[in-house]
Amino acid sequence: MTATQTDKGAVTLLIGTRKGAFTLKSDASRRTWKLSAPAFLGHIIHHVVADPRDRRTVLMAASTGHLGPTIYRSTDRGKTWKEAAAPPAFRKAPEGEKGRSVGHVFWLTPCHANEPNVWYAGTSPQGLFRSEDGGATWTPFSYINDDPQYIEWMGSVQDGTPDGPKLHSIIVDPRDHKHLYFGMSGGGVHESTDGGKTFVPLIKGMETVEGFDASVATYHDPHCMRQCPSNPDRLYQQNHCGIYRIDRPSNEWVRIGKTMPKKVGDVGFPMVVHPRNADIAWVFPMDGGTVWPRVSPGGKPAAYVTRNGGKGWTRQDKGFPRSNAWGTVKRQAMTRDAHATVGLYVGTTQGEIWASRNDGASWACIARHLPEIYSVEAAAF
Amino acid sequence: MTVHIPSALRSYTAQRGDIELDASTLADALAQLNDRFPGLRFRIVTEQDTVRPHIRLFVNEQQAFNLQTPLRRDDELYIVLALSGG
Repeated sequence: MTATQTDKGAVTLLIGTRKGAFTLKSDASRRTWKLSAPAFLGHIIHHVVADPRDRRTVLMAASTGHLGPTIYRSTDRGKTWKEAAAPPAFRKAPEGEKGRSVGHVFWLTPCHANEPNVWYAGTSPQGLFRSEDGGATWTPFSYINDDPQYIEWMGSVQDGTPDGPKLHSIIVDPRDHKHLYFGMSGGGVHESTDGGKTFVPLIKGMETVEGFDASVATYHDPHCMRQCPSNPDRLYQQNHCGIYRIDRPSNEWVRIGKTMPKKVGDVGFPMVVHPRNADIAWVFPMDGGTVWPRVSPGGKPAAYVTRNGGKGWTRQDKGFPRSNAWGTVKRQAMTRDAHATVGLYVGTTQGEIWASRNDGASWACIARHLPEIYSVEAAAF
Repeated sequence: MTVHIPSALRSYTAQRGDIELDASTLADALAQLNDRFPGLRFRIVTEQDTVRPHIRLFVNEQQAFNLQTPLRRDDELYIVLALSGG
């Protein structure tokens, strides 16, 4: 087990949308919230992440409809921004070979205190990048971006999500910075125990869409994977094909979503884990029936919480609309803070932010009329 | 030669719309622009040296696809943002 802190005081939500970045800052009680003016209005913001090591650096993954991808960096909690001198970019292909180009940076992960200034980024199409200077310059990380086997597992653009296949859920073990995980949509879950020199698939137990070979990484679509801070040997995963848990050193995922109510199912995008109790995790289910509407089942939004590692789930819908609410919560758009009673935060494709300051027991809308929300992260400042 | 910068890229040029260069090719012009305005080139051209999907480059009135396109002292280079959705 590892100790994780309990935060107090104000929370700042860092919100990435299809049309810019916003912040919502609470008072110390998390009852009232103040919305900022948009930053980078019109830019497509996939992820905005604060560095928990210094509580002042913030990185933002940005692109526009026209311009190529970049990363903006703030060292004053988002007051001012400077563009990365060298954003993530694939290796230039030798003459006669077809190289890949980063479409957008999708995911940002700060490392831990034992690796100051180190960050990882995941891109669309799938690529893994690393910065050792706090996000100012980025280089391709490990061999996977050019490895023929990994390129095969990544599949083509047609195998990926509608706005491009993605590398996401980059996880650095807090006990060992050489122990890494990442997920690919599509392409499965992968693990390294040697600092990225080698990666191997970690897909046993994960199911695929009927008719596809579950032993092939290409056919796996993990949507979001989280490691429990209080027990880094436990990971949870929301997948295209259900909710899973793995307890290392086991190499087999267990589908824990089958205990969800049948009419709700266990399909969704986000996955959230409790900061101090590895038995507690949340999901936000969506309709994965017929043509995959990907909206709240029945138009009735709700989080579901497990308090026993997935043996059972409890619906948490108090405060949400009771009917005719047809939004989607994307994989980076649900998060939590680390207060004694955990605050949970959900952003919808309809531009609403919903918050709970009591472990999900009740919810309130704290912002609406924002652009389509891509990501929500909570910072303790 | 003159490079006409679209509004979306003027954050790099201190809001200047026209930049004077002495460049022999399109690649040379983009390299010079990036030297003066760091980061600008990658927003226009990918790491594989292809013009990005929703950007078009015109030399005078001719669309240029090849970065080795030669440039003359009196040419006008237009960086144009194509339609890219709502």
